[in-house]
Amino acid sequence: MALLTAENTAFMIFVIFMLIYPSTTDEFDLLNTAYFMAITLMALSLAMIWGKAGILSFGQTAFFGIGGYLYGIFTLNVLGSGATWLGMLVGVLVGGVVAAVLGYFMFYGGVNDVFVGLTTLALTLVLQTFMAQTAGPEWSVGEARLNGYNGMYVPQISIGDLPLYGKPLYFLYFGLLIGVYLVLRWLAGSRWGYGLLALQENRPRTETFGYNVRLMQVQVFCLAGSVAALSGVLYASWGSYIDPSSMGLTAAITPVIYVAIGGRRSLTAAMISSMILLKLSQSLASSAPEYALVIFGLLALLAVLFVPEGFVAALFNLLDRWLFRRPDENARGSPGAPARSGEVSQHG
Amino acid sequence: MSDGVFNALYQFQVSFAFLLLSAIGLAVIFGMMGVINLAHGEFMMLGAYITTIAATNGVPLGVAVLIAALGVAIFGAIVEILVVRRLYGRLLDSVAATWAVGLILSQGMLILTGPSMQGVSSPFGSFSVGPTSYSWYRVALGIVAVVLLALLYLLFMNTRFGLRARATIQNPSIARALGVNTAAMYTLTFALGSGLAGLAGGLFAPTTTIVPFFGTNYIVEAFVTVIVGGANALVGTPVAAALLGTINAFLGTNFGLYIGRVGLLLTTIIIIRVLPDGISGLLDRWRMRPDTTRSGR
Repeated sequence: MALLTAENTAFMIFVIFMLIYPSTTDEFDLLNTAYFMAITLMALSLAMIWGKAGILSFGQTAFFGIGGYLYGIFTLNVLGSGATWLGMLVGVLVGGVVAAVLGYFMFYGGVNDVFVGLTTLALTLVLQTFMAQTAGPEWSVGEARLNGYNGMYVPQISIGDLPLYGKPLYFLYFGLLIGVYLVLRWLAGSRWGYGLLALQENRPRTETFGYNVRLMQVQVFCLAGSVAALSGVLYASWGSYIDPSSMGLTAAITPVIYVAIGGRRSLTAAMISSMILLKLSQSLASSAPEYALVIFGLLALLAVLFVPEGFVAALFNLLDRWLFRRPDENARGSPGAPARSGEVSQHG
Repeated sequence: MSDGVFNALYQFQVSFAFLLLSAIGLAVIFGMMGVINLAHGEFMMLGAYITTIAATNGVPLGVAVLIAALGVAIFGAIVEILVVRRLYGRLLDSVAATWAVGLILSQGMLILTGPSMQGVSSPFGSFSVGPTSYSWYRVALGIVAVVLLALLYLLFMNTRFGLRARATIQNPSIARALGVNTAAMYTLTFALGSGLAGLAGGLFAPTTTIVPFFGTNYIVEAFVTVIVGGANALVGTPVAAALLGTINAFLGTNFGLYIGRVGLLLTTIIIIRVLPDGISGLLDRWRMRPDTTRSGR
């Protein structure tokens, strides 16, 4: 794969910008951007599973919530320095395990496509209704009061007894975002990743090539669930707080919209568009909050109808052709359309 | 009949009615086109708003509900022509697109009408058996659900539309070759399913408060019923509604509303592990046992 593509260039510009950004602005903006990065991890998890494996999951917010709550419950009960880091691990692991179990039931049961979307959406909504009714004092796990819609207090990630704040927090979140992005890109470019690409085009055919399709689906679902859980951990720690609305319907919509607008087939496009749209959504929230979701909904609808690869990814393709004189290699047809021959070898 | 037994029966028929009415429109569209209309909840919301607005302006409730069904059916036809039609063969994209339509609808309604609207009270009053009082209207919902099923059966089995619809479900290309305008069938079916969603929303309107996120109260129930029921709206959906209604009523009465909902989801996850095509898939397999060559719907 050529290194000099619009996608990689955009990624480098993004990294450099994010590295310089802290020295140009104040602490408030840094914290704000850290929040964007926490949510963008969830968009990345969706781009991985939807764009690279063809599984449309509305359950990423459920894993997000599981990660956040489990992190809170663990750190509140296990006090002492280092607990928050262990809690982070616990949140991610539990999110991954729940995803693996649900994935096992779905994919080994032969559930695919639209039904995965429905099942994961049902999971999200049921978890939300369940957490919403935990307001009473009987709903506590050890020291942690779940508190229903009043939200649960969550300790912040800390080194020793000092909660991370300002630049260290920003760079921790930035490091995690870029780390996860690189791991996902590496995985997507591995043999396993090509297997995923194949199975989203045609599952039976992939199976006849000797891939264990169901296992791979469970694996990628578990991976995406863990990443979404990490996103939830970072979000909960960032605000010191989590409540059931973080897994509600509106919350479940947002990553789908960011990824649909940006481009689900490119992790870079999904990441950058999520950061930009979060920023945009915040500026809209101060001037015209109720219009933000309508505008995003319209953009997503237009993207699905007319620019299925996503606006940012389409821009990458254009730049690739104009600046780098490369063939339009990302212009695959719609899912279900046969892949062009020679495509895989082109990447390798 | 003891009070306990009556209470259980009442809870069951209420659960059954709500599950069936919420799911039937979604199931009709899914069975025909394989498309899951994620704006289903918002279509129900639209039905509830039309019903409420009409009813508060003096239209009798029954007529208001029918107006809602018709209005949402027309809206559904427009959505099909503008959006869904362009996404045939791209199922996941149609899911994402209808999802965006739903978002625009609920947020748009929030902007237009504000966070809530004065609802209509539920008619027919109540009756009591033993110490508990029950609503006649909820009993009526059960009856409407059964009548609606009968009407749908007649529509699909005894009319020209039904014949063509079934032909299109079974094999669209052969149906086209025999002169069926399948594109029109899809638009009509989508309108029918949307109209059923509007009808359900209108029927539920007197039982609850009218808010722009009205639909989210019912879509979990609708989704699980369609998942468990499978592709055949006439057979799978009622059986699934009966099964899930039993579980929901039992858990709901004994452990509360939320546990009832969690129970629905867990049941669904277990059922899809065993029956990926739902109940209608199972029935098809029984019916089609000697003939294994049947092509997909």
